[in-house]
Amino acid sequence: MTTRKQHTARITGVADTAMGELPGSTAMGLHAEATTAALKDAGLTAADIDGVLCGYSMTMPHLMLSSVFCEYYGLRPSFNTAIQAGGATACIMLANAVALVESGACRHVLCVTGDNRLTGMTRDGAVAALASVGHPEFEQPYGMSVPAAYALVAQAYLHQYGISRDELSAISVAARAHAALHPKAYKRDPLSLADVANSRVIASPLRLLDCCLISDGGAAVIVSAADAARDTRKPVRVLGSGQGHTHEHIMAAPSLTDFGCKTSSAMAFDQAGVTAAEIDVAEIYDSFTITLLTELESIGFFEKGEAGKAALAGDISLGGRLPVNTHGGLMSYGHSGAAGGAFHIVEAAHQLRGEADARQVAGAGLAFVHGDGGILSAHCSLVLGQE
Amino acid sequence: MALPLPTPNADSRPYWDAAQQGRLVVQHCAACGTVQAVPRGCCGNCQSPALEWRDSALRGTVASFSVVHRGPTAAFRNSTPYVLALIDVAGGVRLMLNIIGPGPDEVQIGEEVEITFEPRGEAGFQMPQARRITA
Repeated sequence: MTTRKQHTARITGVADTAMGELPGSTAMGLHAEATTAALKDAGLTAADIDGVLCGYSMTMPHLMLSSVFCEYYGLRPSFNTAIQAGGATACIMLANAVALVESGACRHVLCVTGDNRLTGMTRDGAVAALASVGHPEFEQPYGMSVPAAYALVAQAYLHQYGISRDELSAISVAARAHAALHPKAYKRDPLSLADVANSRVIASPLRLLDCCLISDGGAAVIVSAADAARDTRKPVRVLGSGQGHTHEHIMAAPSLTDFGCKTSSAMAFDQAGVTAAEIDVAEIYDSFTITLLTELESIGFFEKGEAGKAALAGDISLGGRLPVNTHGGLMSYGHSGAAGGAFHIVEAAHQLRGEADARQVAGAGLAFVHGDGGILSAHCSLVLGQE
Repeated sequence: MALPLPTPNADSRPYWDAAQQGRLVVQHCAACGTVQAVPRGCCGNCQSPALEWRDSALRGTVASFSVVHRGPTAAFRNSTPYVLALIDVAGGVRLMLNIIGPGPDEVQIGEEVEITFEPRGEAGFQMPQARRITA
């Protein structure tokens, strides 16, 4: 691997909207609300934005979502496009924004996502729409849902490493304890290992409380060129980024226990000039308990088969060796599609700025953020640092 | 509500046509020898267009499985519980199939299964499926 020069771009504004069940919300309205809040956070105005990247919406599918949003909000950027990479969308948007400002194409790029997939469609409708990541001829006709596809990964993992139910459940429980400290989190009521173990089976071995939420919500992140970031309120550095892409369909995955996060994180660490051991806080895509478990191990934060034991021992909780998903993640904070992965970026920025209130990791100077899309198919890792 | 049927296209039609005759076929690359499951116009390893269809033995082993209790659509919700599995078939490819027949939820990873064909819909479209070898 050839070492790439460290990034120079800054994250200058972050914001997310209210989370959970938001009756009356719309996909575009959530985009707008998040944008206004992120601009305020940065100390910028709409006129400063010269690049716009949108994701996708399930309640408002569109061929040109980014153009629709720019019209809605009143932006006329010199660069504008939408990016679709499932749960990796937010991190990949940010990586693209970094490339845009570092190439000189843009000064301030707005990355914005949002969806009202809880109140704007039925739960059945959301589950069916998500299942479309399955192959239309070779997977969907066999009844593959997204939870069932991740269950295939989980079953293979359990077979190989023989971990206990509690080691898997500990991932959900740790997330909920963090969410309890975040006033905006969708699910904040206490959760026990027994609650997870006794929740109904969705697709064995995964139970309801192994799965992420479906929520309304939106988030925006502004990425600025190094010199353009000088007059913003409190910039955060982007130090490294990397991607890994091995398959789309789970039947075509080269392995059921190792995924593209290994490559993407190695690239990001190498570019940032840091190791996994130096990371103070990690915000990692956690669509299911098994997602976080395999990613923590593939990325190198824990040995193979050990992440569940670590979670059970409190290692990924506040005060532990590596606090993970300090906002509560997709399982307790909320999951609004492309915005779900953006909540991880927002939280990482809050941690690095020392603005995470009761969830603050003392002395957090280096953060790792990771998004994965599809069935552990598309991966993007980021290493962020204090200014 | 009826379970969905695949809509074959120019890449995949030979696979589904063979299934209607009770055969499982896989694409074999004449240039590099790679076999691939999802049919394509080129080899996913060396990009050669020189692909041949070969019959696979109707045997396989379970790479992973899940007993699904919550289906993605109304048709599958009426069919729960069903077993979704990744099967490494003798022809050298991995397919997603259901495990049908007796005792599907007692299946284990590494277990040998036979490939069978299950009629679906009014026209009896034959879907490749996996069945436990119980005898």
